[in-house]
Amino acid sequence: MNFDIALLLVQDGLTNGAIYALLALAILLVFAVTRVLYVPQGEFVTFGALTLATLQQAKVPGTAYLVAGIGVVTMLVEIATALRERRRQGLGTSALLYLVIPTVLLGLAAWLAPRQPPLLVQVLLTLALVVPLGPMTYRLAVQPIANASVLVLLFVAVAIHYVLMGLGLVFFGAEGWRTPSFTSLRVELGPMTASGQSILVLAASAISIVLLWQFFGRTLWGKALRATAMNRTGARLVGIPTEASGRLAFTLAALFGAFSGVLIAPFTTIYYDSGFLISLKGFVGTVIGGMVSYPLAALGAVIVGLLEAFASFYASELKEVIVFSLLIPVLLWRSLASRHVEEEHDE
Amino acid sequence: MTPARIAIAIFVVLLAAGPFYLPEFYITPVNYVGLYSLVALGLVLLTGIAGLTSFGQAAFVGVGAYATAVASVQFDLSPWLGLPIGLALTAFVALVLGWLTLRLSGHYLALGTIAWGISLSYVFGNVQGLGGFNGISNIPPLPLFGAKIQTAREFYYLIWACVGLAVVALVNLLNSRPGRAIRALRNASMAESFGVDTARLKVVVFVYAALLAGLAGWLHAHYLRFVNPGPFGVGASIEYLFMVVVGGAAHVWGAIVGAGLITALKDWLQDILPKLFGTSGQFEVIVFGVLIILLLQHAGGGIMARLARLFPPKRAAAIAPAAAPDLPRRAAPARGETILEVERAYKAFGGLVAVNAVSFTVRAGEILGLIGPNGAGKSTMFNLITGVLPLDSGEVCFRGERIDRQRARHIVRRGIARTFQHVQLRPAMTVLENAAIGATLRGSGGVVPATLRLDRPEERKILFEAARQLQRVGLGAHLYDQAGSLALGQQRVVEIARALAADPVLLLLDEPAAGLRYQEKQALAELLRGLRAEGMSILLVEHDMDFVMGLVDRLVVMDFGERIAEGAPEAVQADARVIEAYLGAPG
Repeated sequence: MNFDIALLLVQDGLTNGAIYALLALAILLVFAVTRVLYVPQGEFVTFGALTLATLQQAKVPGTAYLVAGIGVVTMLVEIATALRERRRQGLGTSALLYLVIPTVLLGLAAWLAPRQPPLLVQVLLTLALVVPLGPMTYRLAVQPIANASVLVLLFVAVAIHYVLMGLGLVFFGAEGWRTPSFTSLRVELGPMTASGQSILVLAASAISIVLLWQFFGRTLWGKALRATAMNRTGARLVGIPTEASGRLAFTLAALFGAFSGVLIAPFTTIYYDSGFLISLKGFVGTVIGGMVSYPLAALGAVIVGLLEAFASFYASELKEVIVFSLLIPVLLWRSLASRHVEEEHDE
Repeated sequence: MTPARIAIAIFVVLLAAGPFYLPEFYITPVNYVGLYSLVALGLVLLTGIAGLTSFGQAAFVGVGAYATAVASVQFDLSPWLGLPIGLALTAFVALVLGWLTLRLSGHYLALGTIAWGISLSYVFGNVQGLGGFNGISNIPPLPLFGAKIQTAREFYYLIWACVGLAVVALVNLLNSRPGRAIRALRNASMAESFGVDTARLKVVVFVYAALLAGLAGWLHAHYLRFVNPGPFGVGASIEYLFMVVVGGAAHVWGAIVGAGLITALKDWLQDILPKLFGTSGQFEVIVFGVLIILLLQHAGGGIMARLARLFPPKRAAAIAPAAAPDLPRRAAPARGETILEVERAYKAFGGLVAVNAVSFTVRAGEILGLIGPNGAGKSTMFNLITGVLPLDSGEVCFRGERIDRQRARHIVRRGIARTFQHVQLRPAMTVLENAAIGATLRGSGGVVPATLRLDRPEERKILFEAARQLQRVGLGAHLYDQAGSLALGQQRVVEIARALAADPVLLLLDEPAAGLRYQEKQALAELLRGLRAEGMSILLVEHDMDFVMGLVDRLVVMDFGERIAEGAPEAVQADARVIEAYLGAPG
């Protein structure tokens, strides 16, 4: 390998790593707030990428129908719960969230899609279509058993992954898509030529991370999420509703996932079932951060990206083996570093 | 006969007669259920009982299948040789992976198993000589005395015979000395304090489950006569876990029920969904996922947990014999001899000195009370003696031997048994089985004799001893109740019986009166007096002054990590520093 190739691999690795970092942060956020190991995070990436790809063909993306359909199901569950608990407050908000907004989105998508709007509008519409699936997923699958053990929640997460992947196949088909580059710009940076696309990804990823950080530090809801992550019971006692925190965490995760999908779409062909491996790479990053540290999780994800780039150069067929085998020494180091004995009392 | 036994008998008869009435069309899926059941049985032990989640079992099936495929196709060895080769290779891989990943806790372990599960399945697809994604074909059938086991009907018997043996072996194992230790693994610190090497036992359980998967792999290879990486990926591993979760992870029969139900469900969905939706889309994976979510939301313990609640077993699995030879006993020290010496014990957590140069001794046949207000350092002191925490400096000697560098499981071996401040019983096990955990170190039978049921003479002695200790503490009427069904006061007494079953010289009790009602405290004090009269030495950590005053021979009082008083209860009660510590400074 010569220096130029190394530089190219570093560039590739950093670009992928920046996307994995977004996923790692979302996974960590969801775990900290709800204790769900969010395996289906990758499905939001595929949904984002495939929605954008469909919009670029001037077609109405399947996500528009999906959001409307799942919205109706969520509303029915809300009504059933309200009847059982003999209360009526909150149903108005639910109707807005699960019926009105999805219907508006469907109308918007149907109107905009054939008109080939500019890229920025397409991206915004993609995010708007995918993000509502996050809180709906939380409401339907997680909220009813939010207090179950981490392992039961992990099984639920895996089942959600299956459902979303199956829905992905139904609504997007088995074909893979890759979107054209957002920009054909090339920048000379000393000895290397960086593609504008890579720079765009790095910048977008960095901005997202800064925004998330500001959200945590400056807003009331950000602080509420941090409080829930630190101590669920304590947060409840000071009046932070756990359900709302969980919903918000899933919403943010969906946003980060869909955005990652938009960013990754021009680099690699995305199929309906590409999500699992993508989110596992985010997981490797999260674990490197010990499932607690946001900066370390982001750093870990970048390491995963770099390792993947170099592994695919040296032994492309064993690329995944190398990346996932990395998890084992990291896990060992992590579990030796944290010397507390965890007792499980869930039967 | 109980309903459960009748159901099992009907199931076995229907199964054995299967090939005579089942149409060819059904033989193959029933064979698959058998193969899945083998893997799921391993998962019941590993996940449902020992609490270790593995997302990598399908990879072990793959190791077993590929090993025999390579041995019989590329090296022309007998398929029967493929079995030991496959099992040896599976055991080796499981040992390495288990050693690497089992020290991870909870969800880290789950993630770790996903990682190597994926890695192994990529290895199957990418390593030269394993045929890539096309796999290995033309695997020979099983020769048998000149004939062959080849057709689905012939394999039916072989597969289900293996399942039957695996069920019997697992039931035997669970109902034995190592089995009780395995069932205690979720309370690792409790298990360690009765001599269980939990790290080693986890690896043993992991290898056991992997071997069942490897056996399924061997059968798979010669039954289908073809292997490719497809069935050995993480997706398949997840499905095995779902089978166990659906069937009931804590029940041996849950494995077979789950395997049968998931297989039938998937077949049925593949059948009915295209008719409903008109297309042959991948609807079954969606419906499958939704059903799993609903099941987890509404029926946590799986189908067998529901059934067990509807038809509770009439007879416990482990029954104490009316008489049995005694287990060996330890030589007791002479009354009054110093047995425990704590010498200038010191422990700090960062800047907080929890125990500051505390010294005291315990003599044989006395009850020593270690008391002090909340935060005095009593519990830290307790943990230093029992090997849960290491000392920063100072010494703890037991019968002249230093124990402060020892682990909990080595300390119990020397004759110190303990109870826990927060009761650590296995709620689903009977009172008798819980007490028998205490006698773990007084037996020696391992996993293999337990599986083959060669451990019965020793088992009788252990159960007899556990029952005797329970009678000694007055719980003789509750031997076969589930421990979780007892009142808190009784549960604390079960803990004492469990400690007594270890044949201790010194009994360490960590706040045994906490949360008890007045009458229960009276009864507990009476029990401890009785034990003392029989020569037992007891170190009692408490903050309830009333409880200890009439009971103990001597008191050591701690406050802010220091020993502030020592002596007879009356003298301590009058000590100005003690009054100040409990009531605050005068004025």
